[in-house]
Amino acid sequence: MKTIFDKDTWQEIYGVLRKNVMRTIITMIGVFWGIFLLITLLGLAKGVENKFNKEIGDLATNSVFVFGQATGMPFGGFQEGRPMQLKLSDAEVIKEQIEGIEFVVPRNQNQGAVVRKFLEGNYSVTGDYPLLDEVQKKKLIYGRFINDNDINLSRKIVVISQDVYEDLFEIDEFPIGEFIAINKINYKVVGVFKRANTPGPREDIHVPFTTFQKVYNQGNNIGWMMITGKPEFDISQIEADVKLLLKNLHDVHPEDSRAFGSINLGEMFKQVTEFLTGMQFLTIFVGLSTLIAGIFAIGNILLITVKERTKEIGIRRALGAKPWEIKTQIIMESVTLSLLAGIIGIIAGGAVLYLMNMMFSGPDSAIINPSVNITTVLAALFTLVFLGTLIGLIPASRAVKIRPIEALRDE
Amino acid sequence: MIEIKNLHKSYPMGKDSLHVLKGLDLHIKEGEFVSIMGSSGSGKSTLLNIVGLLDEHDEGEYFLNGQKIEKLDEKKAAVLRNKFLGFVFQSFNLISYKNALENVALPLYYRGTSRKERLKTAMEYLDKVGLKDWAKHLPSELSGGQKQRVAIARALVSRPKVVLADEPTGALDSTTSDSVMDLLKEINREGMTVFVITHEEEIAEQTDRIVRLKDGVIISDEKVNKNVKA
Repeated sequence: MKTIFDKDTWQEIYGVLRKNVMRTIITMIGVFWGIFLLITLLGLAKGVENKFNKEIGDLATNSVFVFGQATGMPFGGFQEGRPMQLKLSDAEVIKEQIEGIEFVVPRNQNQGAVVRKFLEGNYSVTGDYPLLDEVQKKKLIYGRFINDNDINLSRKIVVISQDVYEDLFEIDEFPIGEFIAINKINYKVVGVFKRANTPGPREDIHVPFTTFQKVYNQGNNIGWMMITGKPEFDISQIEADVKLLLKNLHDVHPEDSRAFGSINLGEMFKQVTEFLTGMQFLTIFVGLSTLIAGIFAIGNILLITVKERTKEIGIRRALGAKPWEIKTQIIMESVTLSLLAGIIGIIAGGAVLYLMNMMFSGPDSAIINPSVNITTVLAALFTLVFLGTLIGLIPASRAVKIRPIEALRDE
Repeated sequence: MIEIKNLHKSYPMGKDSLHVLKGLDLHIKEGEFVSIMGSSGSGKSTLLNIVGLLDEHDEGEYFLNGQKIEKLDEKKAAVLRNKFLGFVFQSFNLISYKNALENVALPLYYRGTSRKERLKTAMEYLDKVGLKDWAKHLPSELSGGQKQRVAIARALVSRPKVVLADEPTGALDSTTSDSVMDLLKEINREGMTVFVITHEEEIAEQTDRIVRLKDGVIISDEKVNKNVKA
């Protein structure tokens, strides 16, 4: 152990490595590249994960969308192919009867031709309850979201997306209190929300649910509902329960899988998370493989070097170097090369991540805060020391097999 | 200092073995300046290797500084080499990427001397061989004679009991040969036992005792220059 902290040991190693700078550099390239890849890729994977978490962060991930389709089995005197229409009453029953439900948000959607002054466009229009804001948090740039009074009074107000705002308004124009016409009916703008990638249909314009009902003659029909489970309940179970209850309410065969469709965000979230984990695993695999290949390159070159240094080793032995001193020196050379290459690789990888972070700093960038945690870095360095020692043993044991007499005869 | 009794050494050559040393008896006392003369193949290098603990003998006895040499593992041999022996080689055998001072200091490194102490002692010995001003030069920047002086300084730095010189002038021209031999003589005058191996008559003549070796046996052992010694 003493040798590791001995300045002289390092001086000897420095002397050897400095002797052939080019070879030292080439030897280190493999390990450098391995670590560089590992750090950069892991950092980028983390950046993508951060981005995903940010996007999904405002959304209750334990939610499921449920919508009506058409039956796939005849039942109770009905033919198959009967269209299923969800009703407001369904939402209420679900909320009452199924265990573990936090919110049930009924929604309706339509397309609308929207006009303001001389600007126009086609956007999706959804009829929503204030509850939507709980399930799928809206980031408001101006104004407010729909409230209970809007629902009770069926007010003709809208909350529009940033996209719609930018399309229909002048730059920096104050939108609150302005009117826009959807299918020739005027609505007052009360809020503008920031665009976000939410799963499900594109959402441009929100109007109060009750207003939507009246304007589009929906009665008690609803397009779909968003159901959010309490955190401690399994959303897949809720999904199954809800569908079974709906089949019951709508006289559908209990095993009919086509009547009601659903999109389980929890499942989707899980899949993406699994994908990201897979990506990380792949990265670690690729990085480590390259690293190991690099370490072998170091071992290989040191083996050649030992052959080349036969004479030098012989001289050292003649002057009194003990076998373990020769061995230690070669192993230390191996470890030093590995570590040095590793540290340079980590610094280079870190620099690339830093540049990436600067380049992709906008809110819509594909990666956010690409980084590698310190544990990974330390683990990589430890692996390097370990593998470096292991691979160094090969040339080291070759070196001590050289008998001084043979080494000196070599002329 | 060096006592050899009935020393045998053979090397395996395929099925047969080559009998190189055939029962040598040699006694070298402290402070002697001895040369081993012989043509190539006479076994003189083998003798030097055995005396220098770089090789093992098969039969007979070898005492170095009163210590019987037998069954040495590499570690013990290394310690003994470092403690008792200083080597000077025909081809100098300096480490090419170390400067003169570092080369001279190397035996002390393996002895465990501190760096400061090491460099100080090394500088003293470089001064002794007249190369103080060349301390920071690499071997490639030195002439042959200078290199051999550095090698001699390196052999002396660990204050050994015996300096073993294997054809120390073999790679040098006659002028530098003389200066190297003068240096060895000077060392001997200061009390060091010097053991030179050579095939050159002129070199051998400069020593105090010439041991002639032929086909693995000593054919003559004569003292010369007695007046110088006295």
